[in-house]
Amino acid sequence: MNNIANIDLMVAPFIGATVIGFANGFFSGFVNLRRSALSVSALSHTMLPGIAIAVLITQQLTQANAFIGALFACILVGLGSVLVSRNSRIPESTALAILYTAAFSGGIALLPHLPVIASLESWLFGDLSLMSQRDLNFIFIISTISLALCNLFMRPLLLTMFEPHVASAQGVPVRAMQYLIFTLLILMLVASLQAVGSVLSVSLLVAPSAIMLLFTDNTKSLFWGGAIIGALSGAGGVLLSHFINIHAGQAIVILLGIIFLLAFTFSPRYGILKK
Amino acid sequence: MTDHHSHAHAHIHEDHSCCAHHDHHHDIAVENLTVKYRNLIALQNINFNTSCGNRLALIGPNGAGKSTLLKAIAGLVKKSSGSIQWRGTAVRKWSSEFAYLPQREEVDWNFPVTVRGLVEMGRYPQLGMWKKFTNKDTLAVDQALESLDLTDLQNRQIKQLSGGQQQRAFIARAIAQEAHVLLLDEPFTGLDRNAAKSLGDLMHKLAGEGRLIIASHHDIRSTKELFNQVLFINRENVAFGDSQELITNELLETTFHSETAHPNKP
Repeated sequence: MNNIANIDLMVAPFIGATVIGFANGFFSGFVNLRRSALSVSALSHTMLPGIAIAVLITQQLTQANAFIGALFACILVGLGSVLVSRNSRIPESTALAILYTAAFSGGIALLPHLPVIASLESWLFGDLSLMSQRDLNFIFIISTISLALCNLFMRPLLLTMFEPHVASAQGVPVRAMQYLIFTLLILMLVASLQAVGSVLSVSLLVAPSAIMLLFTDNTKSLFWGGAIIGALSGAGGVLLSHFINIHAGQAIVILLGIIFLLAFTFSPRYGILKK
Repeated sequence: MTDHHSHAHAHIHEDHSCCAHHDHHHDIAVENLTVKYRNLIALQNINFNTSCGNRLALIGPNGAGKSTLLKAIAGLVKKSSGSIQWRGTAVRKWSSEFAYLPQREEVDWNFPVTVRGLVEMGRYPQLGMWKKFTNKDTLAVDQALESLDLTDLQNRQIKQLSGGQQQRAFIARAIAQEAHVLLLDEPFTGLDRNAAKSLGDLMHKLAGEGRLIIASHHDIRSTKELFNQVLFINRENVAFGDSQELITNELLETTFHSETAHPNKP
């Protein structure tokens, strides 16, 4: 009885991290094509106050109100930085950095006042070992939706990333594609937040396809290779955490960092030794 | 009209004589085209018409609206008034028979796409969002690469090509798209002598196959040999016609005002 429960405890995080790694790794292709790693990290921190306020208002933490709160906060901060950059000499990245750090700090300040227990560490790294069947279902659903939409709209999305003006002249709904990417990004961040935390979700949404960029020039391999790297490091991190007794979330991020440095050094195509 | 259209498409894999094999030429007519950016008039009452098989140069000083005119024809900027007729029908926003080739600095050369991947994008307008990439599309891409001598370079990332090869890669994409009208924005900028010469030859070949080339160009001296038609613009029409007849010293004066001394100033 005890044994079975233990296996379940291990299997749920293992599957969850693999699926999240796969979906986020795939999506990281878009993040790298848009060179928007900075805004991913900004958005992931911005979600915190949004979710905190949603929890304060509704007095409970569910995936749905977390998503709505996160979406609101991200839109506010995102639009805010655009607004500042358009109406002053401050560039958008500067405005974004100021607004998201302020928002994040506000969110941390709210944490002790929330009716649910949430430590800063679990916000940053999540807690894979607490993953429930419901979390797992949610991750499955979001990952499937996201992968399906990305692949369904792959052509217009790629045209939008490469040449937005030409794409729009060709009848591609460029605005809609940009909103789609933004919405999916937030969905993926929220889906992975509870399980793996905001630092980890940034890592998974940036590193996998950045690693692929050091190996390939083929757009398809960038996405699918990123997915595989994400899945493998998700699975590998969970296993590793059992052997060396560190947090699974941290193990995944460290693993991705190491793979990235190895690729940077040894890639036969774009590795530094090649040059 | 529709028959000709499908006829042309059915035979894309043979040769690209899209217009030459027909009794009439496909015409493009730009009528009273005006483009405003907010309150700034970028182009006013541009008029010209030409047909497939020609090589038309757009010549004018900086800020004369050459780029804007190309973009307006391509559907990249909105027309404030006037019309563009292609084969007798008004082009609303965009026609898949037009291909716009951006200026070098407008391209994201670091984008992780290979030459082949770029040329494959040329098929997207035909395929729309979801139609399957079939053997026919693969063949069209193969032939476009082949006809521009890019087969051996197809797996290179686009930044790892020379300037001339990069131009050819974008032209290959236009050919895979089965475009009849190629709109080139300053295609000769940044090319060395040899690359410029082979691009000139290529333009002759494409026009010979029945395509229409419209390109903005800043070097008047080379215009006569590269292009058979010329449109001088300076926000509005200055002159349009045969390049051999039109390029006279007198005309250079009117278009370039004080810039005559440095006609190829970038």
